[in-house]
Amino acid sequence: MSDPYTTVIGLEVHVQLATRSKLFCGCSTQFGAEPNTQTCPVCIGMPGTLPVLNRRAYELALKTAIALNCNIPETTKWDCKQYYYPDLPKGYQISQYDLPMSADGFLDISDPQGQFEPQRIGIIRAHLEEDAGKSIHDEVAGRADSEIDLNRTGTPLLEIVSQPDLRSPAASRVFLQELKLLLSYLEVSDCNMQEGSLRVDANINLHLEADGQRLATPIVEIKNMNSFRAVQRALEYEASRQYRAWQETGQQLGQAPKQTRGWDEAAGITRPQRSKEESSDYRYLPDPDLVPVATSREQVEQIRQSLGELPATLRTRLIEEDHLKPYDAGVLVNQGRALVDYYRAVVTKCKQAKIAANWVTQDILRELKERDLTIAQLPFSADRLAELIGALQQGLLPSTRAHEVFALMLGDNLTLTEAIGRLDIEQVDDSALIALCQELIDSNPKVVADVQGGKQQAIGALIGQARKKNPNVDPGRVRTICLELAGKC
Amino acid sequence: MSLTKLSAHELKQLLETGQVSSVEVTQALLDRIRSANDSLGAFLHVDAEGTLARAADIDRRRQAGDLLGPLAGLPVAVKDVLCDQDGPTTCASQMLESFRPPYDATVVARLKEADAILIGRTNMDEFAMGGSTENSAFQVTRNPWDRSRTPGGSSGGAAACVAADMAPLSVGTDTGGSIRQPAGLCGVVGMKPTYGRVSRYGLVAFASSLDQAGPLTRTTRDAALLLETIAGHDPRDATSLDLPVPSYSRSIEQPLHGLRLGIVREHFAAGLDEQVESAVRQAVEVYRSLGATIQEISLPHSKYAVATYYVIAPSEASSNLARYDGVHYGHRTDETKLQAELRSERQQYQAAGNQRGLGQLDNSLVRMYRRSRAEGFGPEVKRRIMLGTYVLSAGYYDAYYLKALKVRRLIRQDFDAAFEKVDLIAGPVTPTAAFKLGEMVDDPLAMYLVDLYTVSANLAGLPSISLPCGFSREGLPIGLQLQAAPLQEERLLRGAHMFEQATEWHTRRPD
Repeated sequence: MSDPYTTVIGLEVHVQLATRSKLFCGCSTQFGAEPNTQTCPVCIGMPGTLPVLNRRAYELALKTAIALNCNIPETTKWDCKQYYYPDLPKGYQISQYDLPMSADGFLDISDPQGQFEPQRIGIIRAHLEEDAGKSIHDEVAGRADSEIDLNRTGTPLLEIVSQPDLRSPAASRVFLQELKLLLSYLEVSDCNMQEGSLRVDANINLHLEADGQRLATPIVEIKNMNSFRAVQRALEYEASRQYRAWQETGQQLGQAPKQTRGWDEAAGITRPQRSKEESSDYRYLPDPDLVPVATSREQVEQIRQSLGELPATLRTRLIEEDHLKPYDAGVLVNQGRALVDYYRAVVTKCKQAKIAANWVTQDILRELKERDLTIAQLPFSADRLAELIGALQQGLLPSTRAHEVFALMLGDNLTLTEAIGRLDIEQVDDSALIALCQELIDSNPKVVADVQGGKQQAIGALIGQARKKNPNVDPGRVRTICLELAGKC
Repeated sequence: MSLTKLSAHELKQLLETGQVSSVEVTQALLDRIRSANDSLGAFLHVDAEGTLARAADIDRRRQAGDLLGPLAGLPVAVKDVLCDQDGPTTCASQMLESFRPPYDATVVARLKEADAILIGRTNMDEFAMGGSTENSAFQVTRNPWDRSRTPGGSSGGAAACVAADMAPLSVGTDTGGSIRQPAGLCGVVGMKPTYGRVSRYGLVAFASSLDQAGPLTRTTRDAALLLETIAGHDPRDATSLDLPVPSYSRSIEQPLHGLRLGIVREHFAAGLDEQVESAVRQAVEVYRSLGATIQEISLPHSKYAVATYYVIAPSEASSNLARYDGVHYGHRTDETKLQAELRSERQQYQAAGNQRGLGQLDNSLVRMYRRSRAEGFGPEVKRRIMLGTYVLSAGYYDAYYLKALKVRRLIRQDFDAAFEKVDLIAGPVTPTAAFKLGEMVDDPLAMYLVDLYTVSANLAGLPSISLPCGFSREGLPIGLQLQAAPLQEERLLRGAHMFEQATEWHTRRPD
């Protein structure tokens, strides 16, 4: 900690839930349709229309809240959050105010690079609300037209609010990555930041000590961050900006109103935004058009049972049961449930956890990346990988040629046997091997002398020659035999 | 006997036995509307041609032996607050003068499915806010019994058209008495069902937790017929009750034996006109003569009902009416004028070096909101939006809104306790008979007190009915209000029908 201050960060994440229809009407939530083609009288707030809750959205929200270790109250209600904006056709957003569907949860984070200690980040609440539409401001060529697209209006959003428990921009980024991973395991959102399925606002200020007094700088809310990297950069910038501002003005928390600043990705700075929220009073009103939702203990338990293994549990399990290194367990789990399932299918067959982990985290991942495929799309089943690993274990092919075999099996869609055959790989029996080694010893007196003089590594030259003569020899065996023969000279 | 004077029940029999055609009935009513509507102002829109075409279609289908709906060929007037995709839905507001909903309210859809003939759209107080129909942006509606007087409101047109034989059946909405009060003042039957009994989908919201559509008719039997047609669960309204609808018109003949009738002590206090009091007391005696036992009961929190109502209803209204902002539909101010106005204001401030003025100048969006709403809404609507906005503001919410919700619960508990002792509660609908037009327009508080006896039923979600029970010395109708426990519409209608059978008040018609 070289900074003369503690950075205090809380995040507010809006997650679009992966429902086919909107939160309070039957319109499609598909991204990218022609503007205003996915609307109906309900979501555009025409007179007399009424919202009806999409149970599926509520279930997905509940699933997420339970996975975030939140308390689920027995009843939750809906409130009208009132403000005027052209992309908010009812003049209010249906949200949850004082009785959110969940509260008081947490998410554990740890840093594989060890930049910070593992930490439990509190979740203040997660509540369900409807999204607003999109305003498109077109100020080209002196025009000042604003256009409204209401396709997004009414899309279900889960707002997840963390405690201000995060202490660095890097930890904030890890929190977001872990949250996104959790959401993808739960299959509740596609988490596509480009399409706005996951949006992050951050609140940040600094705690510092001056003249023996502990004090805090005014809280700033940062918006308009379009990637996790942007979140980290914006927070890093904002922390140093706040420190400079404090040095210049001495302004503390409470001496200035909460400010909203926007992240300018290109310039790499935050800029003050004219915020409609600073002075606004949302005049929350319990929505009389919707009835409160009751959630029974049984329902919560049932969902909890159905969550499946989540990232944190899975990592622990891979470390404790499969004896993987934390780093490898992390790489596997962070790739998503499908890859972990693949890995486990391989292990079930070949019983070689560490070797399987190496293959999956290295060769398989590399292929996925190069071919831009998901594990389900890769034409290389877990069974085939298990077969390859099994053959290696049984010494059916030398480890040196395993990658060639893998490449052929995958590239030319060959079976293991076909690939081995195509590469002319055959087992070299011991007598042939000994004969080969003897030949090498005989023709390399210098190497033999070096070995006898104590330079065992000189034997490496013989291994290379042996592989040239017969690519199927096992380098380990060649080494052992050559050393033995050299000793006898 | 003129067709226009017949009840829906009578017309239904004539239509079903082929003694009269829907075109004949509809034409007779359209003729009556043409001759009387100019002076009464009950209807805002009547599409004579379309209406006759639909009537002719029903007649054709009847002749072809098609299976027809329960209201086949019967004309029904609809308050201009229930969306109908076949025409305008204005809510008697400049704001929605040009609005054409692309959907039917569930009530309207059910009427169409029942093969009713939607004959026209009735006048009302703007957005159903008011008790005299004087808040309509378009026209005054007059009481058919005395044209210098109000028909009541907000469903003034709905009540006047039935009283004046322009429609046998009429649908209104009741948020604090808006069906029952005009029914009382016009001498017709008006009923507010249990909250949730009738779908609110497509009913342009005033106060969502109180609004409920219901029938206005000349007889209780017709009210039963209309109610059973429009009532029932609607998946598009989350607050609608998922319960079967009894056949009210079938059971209505059965009198209530051993009826326990409650009289509310608090109803007979200061403010109640002595003529109204005496008519109501006589009505109670009629029930006694029919074998009912009369019990005095107390609703101790009823004195807070009007105050509670005028916190809750405007709060919901301020939220419901936020959508009328000139952006997506409805009235929008002239933007060229607006831009010119802003330019000139900016120049004035600049010339005067008024930095503060410049800083506070609206941007064009905000000015568009302000102007559109200022032009589109009338004074009473603005008053209620302001009241609601104030009540919901930070720092006031607990003291007003939350307190009002608590009192609302107490009011409901009073009724729950009362209905353990009695089957129905009887009392006045209004403190006085119909007042003069213009008499209270400058005294909104006095106007609010007109709701004294009716708002409790909305706050408690109870069914309640108003039916004629006498006339004042000036010849103005006086209404009797009956209230029942939630979902006891059947009992309410049977109790009202008993009284109607024993009296002749409902047979009197204005000249």
